[in-house]
Amino acid sequence: MASSTKSSSTTSRETAKSPKNGKNSAADLDKSGIGAETDYLDLFRQMYLIRQFEIACGENYSKGSIRGFLHLYIGQEATGVGAISTLREDDYIVSHYRDHGHALARGLDINRSMAELFGRSTGTSKGKGGSMHLFDVAKRFMGGHAIVAGQLPLAAGLALAQQYNKTDDLTICFFGDGSTNQGVYHETLNLAAVWKLPILFFLENNMYGMGSSIERVRAGGIDFYPGMATYGIPAAEVDGMDVLAVKETTELAVARIRNGEGPQFIEAKTFRFVGHSLADGQKYRGQEEVKEWEERDPIITFPTKLIAMGLATSDQIAEIKAGVDLAVENSVKFAEESPDPDLSEIHTDVLA
Amino acid sequence: MPQIVLREALKRGLEEALDNDPRVFMMGEDIGEYGGAYAVTDGFLKKFGPERIKDTPISEQAFIGAGIGAAAAGLRPIVELMSMSFALVAFDQIVNMAANLRYMSGGQISIPMVIRAPTGAGVQLGATHSQSFETWLAEVPGMKVVCPSNPYDALGLMRSAIKDDNPVLVAEPALLYGAKGEVPDEYYEIEIGKADVTRTGTDITLISYGYGMRPVNEAADTLAGRGLSVEVIDLRSLSPIDMDAVIASVKKTNRVVVVDTARRRGGIMAEVTADLQQRASEWLDGPIMRVGSVDVPWPYNRGLEREVLTDAADVLAAVAEGYGL
Repeated sequence: MASSTKSSSTTSRETAKSPKNGKNSAADLDKSGIGAETDYLDLFRQMYLIRQFEIACGENYSKGSIRGFLHLYIGQEATGVGAISTLREDDYIVSHYRDHGHALARGLDINRSMAELFGRSTGTSKGKGGSMHLFDVAKRFMGGHAIVAGQLPLAAGLALAQQYNKTDDLTICFFGDGSTNQGVYHETLNLAAVWKLPILFFLENNMYGMGSSIERVRAGGIDFYPGMATYGIPAAEVDGMDVLAVKETTELAVARIRNGEGPQFIEAKTFRFVGHSLADGQKYRGQEEVKEWEERDPIITFPTKLIAMGLATSDQIAEIKAGVDLAVENSVKFAEESPDPDLSEIHTDVLA
Repeated sequence: MPQIVLREALKRGLEEALDNDPRVFMMGEDIGEYGGAYAVTDGFLKKFGPERIKDTPISEQAFIGAGIGAAAAGLRPIVELMSMSFALVAFDQIVNMAANLRYMSGGQISIPMVIRAPTGAGVQLGATHSQSFETWLAEVPGMKVVCPSNPYDALGLMRSAIKDDNPVLVAEPALLYGAKGEVPDEYYEIEIGKADVTRTGTDITLISYGYGMRPVNEAADTLAGRGLSVEVIDLRSLSPIDMDAVIASVKKTNRVVVVDTARRRGGIMAEVTADLQQRASEWLDGPIMRVGSVDVPWPYNRGLEREVLTDAADVLAAVAEGYGL
């Protein structure tokens, strides 16, 4: 439980030197993470949207409307929202099987996302992908990938294309602590470093790979970022429950990548408040640990902070919540009312 | 018509694509400075530079996966595996990613990528370097698999593979890199999924592909010497398979032997056999005879390896056993 007790002032710890130049260097960033251009209310809206979407998913899974495996992002909202808020339209995003949060943070249509989970023809993949395989190429959201760590080289390849085309676009690749014991994780870190690819490796360390705590399955403790020295990849740790800290740390890494400095690595310490999937009884961890993390729930702490700092009013927060609640309700309706794919769809999209 | 070896034919196809399409680039282990384990890319680094001829670390998962990502972003990577056996290391990327991405994204993603790999036994490399997993990958929907048996086909299939918007595995028979054949200077392509009737006849059909065409052609010569009219089909493509060509031939000859130099069990010829049984059994005068290499790990010793590898004698034995010819 070391990381949950860390002071929020040590939001970002660097293992590599900050760049000496570059217009977006660390010195230009407000250390509080609060700059004039930040749309705090929108950050809250996105996090709350993800939370409510996930709650609705859980309910509809219980009803049997959503099937298969369902992995909820509840608890990790600040991480995905903070990171993705720093990106541009042309940047690619690659995610893991717990992908709803990243998809919504990227602005995927909530109706089509919910419809995909329902397996409907109006879904993002016409009902052929499901919860673990959300895609929206127009938004450069390149999946939802369900073989643990399998998405890393795909992301490296997207970054390779960005480098090949001589752009200053980048690719962000999300993965969990469970990925780090796969060989391809290490292969990709090495490849990206050797080729100086414009990729941000973003580790969402939620302390558990399914039911296995990091301590049980990893030699070397719960911190991953120090190991990046092996690859010569600058790495930082950030409090994944603090959306502004995540945003600030990511902005710094993104600036370096756009500056041609090659891959960067961020480890966000975060926590899922719910089981690995809806089939998980959480026998492997105590509820006290969950409660400790829940006290830092960004859906509660962030608006409280905004109101205390005079950056938002409780009326504004309430208004956002009401709007999101309605949108989520409508997405479920949209999904329910959408038709199943026609059986002829079985044979489409196999080959180009 | 000018004669060139299969290695040169492949090289011409690759070079042409690199010349004509800036989206095409190559990756693989030692394809640049070293010139390629089988020298197919010799000289490419000097001509096209390190951005387009990329030497990779020995990380098959990472660089096959990176090829897939680059293809998803609109480039047209050609990735070399040093041996088809090394495909095993990258199977997750090839199958779960390259082949599945289009379907599970509802058609949003295309992977216009070529994977090249030397395949097959016969050069005493032992069990881990002699296998032919193109037959496994031919089962996977969402990708194509071709395997040329001669320089003409190698160039025509390579051109089509590079132009294809899907992942295409080009299995290059290692024993045939030095095989000579006629290749015209005029541009041509070979459609993926179309078999080639390389010899027409009326008494019996022999079917194979890739290196298997060598024992099949030898056997066909022997049978012709005995006065038989032999039809020979080179599948050229294992996915899709041109079963229409196969069935049309069997309807004519009423006898068939399918031949693989990969291991016999479970291979692509099992698929051909099953399909023939279902669609053409009433046309057959005898059993569908299936020939393949012995189902053991590939041995190193020259004598043992030769005995395991399908040869013309095995084909003739099957013709005799099945049809008394």
